[in-house]
Amino acid sequence: MSTQRVVVDPITRIEGHLRVEVIVDQDNVIQDAFATSTLWRGIELILKGRDPRDAGFMTQRICGVCTYSHYKAGIEAVENALGIEIPYNATLTRTLMAQALFMHDHPVHFYHLHGLDWCDITQALSADPRKASDLAFRYADLPIATGADELTAVQRRLKTFVDKGHLGPFANAYWGHKTYHFTPEQNLIVASHYLKALEVQRNAAQMLALFGAKQPHPQSLTVGGVTCIMDLQNPARLGEYLTKFEEVSDFINRAYYADVKMAAEAFIGEGSVLAGCGVKNFMAAKEFQINRSETLFDSGIILDGDLGKVHEINESKITEEATHAWYSDNQPFHPYEGQTSPNFTGYRDGDTANGKAKIIDEKGKYTWVKAPRYDGKPMEVGPLAQILVSYASGNERVQKVVNDFLGETGVPVPALFSTLGRTAARMLQTKLIADHGKTTLMSLVENLKVDQETCAPYVIDTNKTYRGRYIGDVPRGMLSHWVNIKGGVIENYQCVVPTTWNASPKDAAGQHGPYEAALIGTKMADPTQPLEIVRTIHSFDPCLACAVHVIDTQGNSLAEYKVDPLSC
Amino acid sequence: MLSGRQELARDGAMSALLRRVESRLAGLQDQAPARSDKVIADEASRSGLTRRDFMKWATAMTAAMSLPPIFAPYVAQAAQVLDRIPVIWLHMAECTGCSESLLRTDAPTIDTLLFDYISLEYHETLMAAAGWQAEANLEHAMETYKGKYVLFVEGGIPAGQSAFYLTIGPQAHTGEAITKKAAAGAAAIFAIGSCSSFGGVQAAKPNPTNAQSLSKVINKPVINVPGCPPSEKNIVGTVLHYVLFGTLPAVDRLGRPKWAYEFRIHDLCERRGRFDAGEFVERFGDDGAKKGYCLYKVGCKGPYTYNNCSREKFNQHTSWPIQAGHGCIGCSEPDFWDVMAPFEEPRADNLFGPPFGSGADATADKVGIFLLSVTGVAIATHAVLTTIEGSFRNPKDEQDNSSPSDK
Repeated sequence: MSTQRVVVDPITRIEGHLRVEVIVDQDNVIQDAFATSTLWRGIELILKGRDPRDAGFMTQRICGVCTYSHYKAGIEAVENALGIEIPYNATLTRTLMAQALFMHDHPVHFYHLHGLDWCDITQALSADPRKASDLAFRYADLPIATGADELTAVQRRLKTFVDKGHLGPFANAYWGHKTYHFTPEQNLIVASHYLKALEVQRNAAQMLALFGAKQPHPQSLTVGGVTCIMDLQNPARLGEYLTKFEEVSDFINRAYYADVKMAAEAFIGEGSVLAGCGVKNFMAAKEFQINRSETLFDSGIILDGDLGKVHEINESKITEEATHAWYSDNQPFHPYEGQTSPNFTGYRDGDTANGKAKIIDEKGKYTWVKAPRYDGKPMEVGPLAQILVSYASGNERVQKVVNDFLGETGVPVPALFSTLGRTAARMLQTKLIADHGKTTLMSLVENLKVDQETCAPYVIDTNKTYRGRYIGDVPRGMLSHWVNIKGGVIENYQCVVPTTWNASPKDAAGQHGPYEAALIGTKMADPTQPLEIVRTIHSFDPCLACAVHVIDTQGNSLAEYKVDPLSC
Repeated sequence: MLSGRQELARDGAMSALLRRVESRLAGLQDQAPARSDKVIADEASRSGLTRRDFMKWATAMTAAMSLPPIFAPYVAQAAQVLDRIPVIWLHMAECTGCSESLLRTDAPTIDTLLFDYISLEYHETLMAAAGWQAEANLEHAMETYKGKYVLFVEGGIPAGQSAFYLTIGPQAHTGEAITKKAAAGAAAIFAIGSCSSFGGVQAAKPNPTNAQSLSKVINKPVINVPGCPPSEKNIVGTVLHYVLFGTLPAVDRLGRPKWAYEFRIHDLCERRGRFDAGEFVERFGDDGAKKGYCLYKVGCKGPYTYNNCSREKFNQHTSWPIQAGHGCIGCSEPDFWDVMAPFEEPRADNLFGPPFGSGADATADKVGIFLLSVTGVAIATHAVLTTIEGSFRNPKDEQDNSSPSDK
């Protein structure tokens, strides 16, 4: 059987640097797939020997997109190690900031990163704005940014842009691809929301900045609590959060929810969108404390797609290994014991569907991402995992939005295990936060009437060793940070991040990670126009700078890799 | 007061400068591809912006760039001709925080920037094309706009023997090779963020990937726009400065535009009065924190850090670290991860035993350090007196034996 290799590098509209290679058969069905992180930064190694109070600031710089997630994780891992209970006000403030991050991150992902996989912007040019305006009412009671005048203006703006012949960031994409299924009117609606979302995301970012100083890279958490006491004492500030929260929630309900419903309807017959879930094990952690007794989402594990049973997470079963990653040791380690050294083995020359290229050695090592496993199994993490785990746990709020969505779209439950399901779950998670996140602010207001504490005191004993971790769910899924402290400084630090789980390479047992497994079996319309690959990979919301690891480079000679700068 | 003669001389210099700006803008208007429908009012209304809003923004940007108000109309005009300039934005070893910051720009909004003002030829986070098609866009832009495009680089660059820590594209070129090639054909080069300006977090000790700043990798002038991330104002303002004057902006000794990085955080800090009055937060969450006292003693690096955060803030003036009650971590200074850490300890305390050797002081203002250590002594005296009065407890004193700062 003749096969062909397809290389997609760079996968754009993500955070970080990612390459995907697949092998297709003569019918263009993907037989095998490999995900490669092409960047390594080594932040965990840099953390060694530093003040544990600085960990959050440094880990935050793992990623400027999920910026707050690693900040909170770095601070809370140290708090866990030192045994610090933070004040209730601090807990709620951290939840407010996390809500703001999700309400920013998910819509930006859907519209600006993932959106162009669903929406063929060039088709919007031939839409009838009046028909499009009427159509919008089919998906929302009160659609937003879809009045006939507004859509006409959007269309004229796109036309002027295209007429200039200078497509800039929209140039050379897969426009006209066979797997685009929106009508011109639907494309115009999404194009309008693409622009509106650019405006809304600024407000969502401000929500985080109100208590966090800035977004990206907020700066108001400290080991023991939060520092933004003046903002918390300021009713104008609290009111500003509330107003922005409602504004953003409005967009989520009236545009984001509606557009995903529209996508479900338009793409229901598209095989490449209804497949795309090869690893059916899901793991999620508890997150979003909204008052003294409730969290929005639950923790647990689902195995083999069986929603009938939710297993508890046993932290000791988490390991990472590097059989197919560019590190020299191959055996699995628990994050507290993790130690590896880089061992880059390079690319080789090969033929691909688009011509000659450098290709990976799939039998050997091929990525900077290690392979985390739970009890030896690959796991998918992320909004889909979170929604499925909470749904299967009997979380009533989650069950209601999921059932409503399935009812309104006619999508059956098994179809959730797909590229479409992942995209829908991300929206449903955002909607749940928009619908219930106000409780957090109200709980905080109630508590501030009687309690102004925002920081717990603590002491770091240099004669003691400490060990602690953070486990929580962030926009891309379950995140854990693991820290050992000795002599008052960080002895070892490990981050097991969502994208490491999802973008993981094959392990020693030959099991693929979720990205790779999701692609296998997908039929491509045209291997030189790999939209199906890009769409499925985007549905995971890749965040590659997060995903790469290092622990020790001491005493290892790195493989030689020479590139002639002139041949670039 | 200026004398009559000085005033005349200043006016003469000013009109010469204005003439230069006018001719520069006229030159840009003529540059291809010219748009036939170029009327400012149309531009503004098409992008959902009233002319009034636009002029308001231009005035704000003019002030932000420390230019006299007379420049406001030119700033507005400069923004109008931005689409004459193709932009290539490269991502190296980074976290995308700088791109995210750019996304927050409000007037011109990011869509106005993308649709009406610049031609973003290559930007991995925003562009629609992927894979071979993305690489073709880069090649096409470097070829077609050779000598005309503006290059932005975000991220540190794994260099030399370590260049393989970053490869991009089907041919797996290293980030270093791509940067060198893109820089060769660029009309102007901007290092956006502390990573490309100074190496950033991946270059912190022990710099496992040999990440370097952009200026160490190429042999052309680089304007550094540091910050982790730089504010949206500093990114957009830097571009406008280039368009407006047709030259690179005046920079300080670290290659940072003076209009944004001339003053210390400390100079214009909203809590400066508290510092001068000797009113300090002793620990996060204490009464001083509730009253907005100075954060120096809980580690604020504002006195050593040059940036306009105190004036421009972040996210459309929403807030900035000191407003949120946390000290500045010095993120727009070289090697701040090593030099400014621990972030929650005053730096004067570290002066005599810097965590990473004596090199730590070399990059900061030595006079400032000296003054601050004197201040540090004064603060310590103040602290002792206050402790005697029993009005507060200082956890730092309790922890002194266990302080991790003396690594």
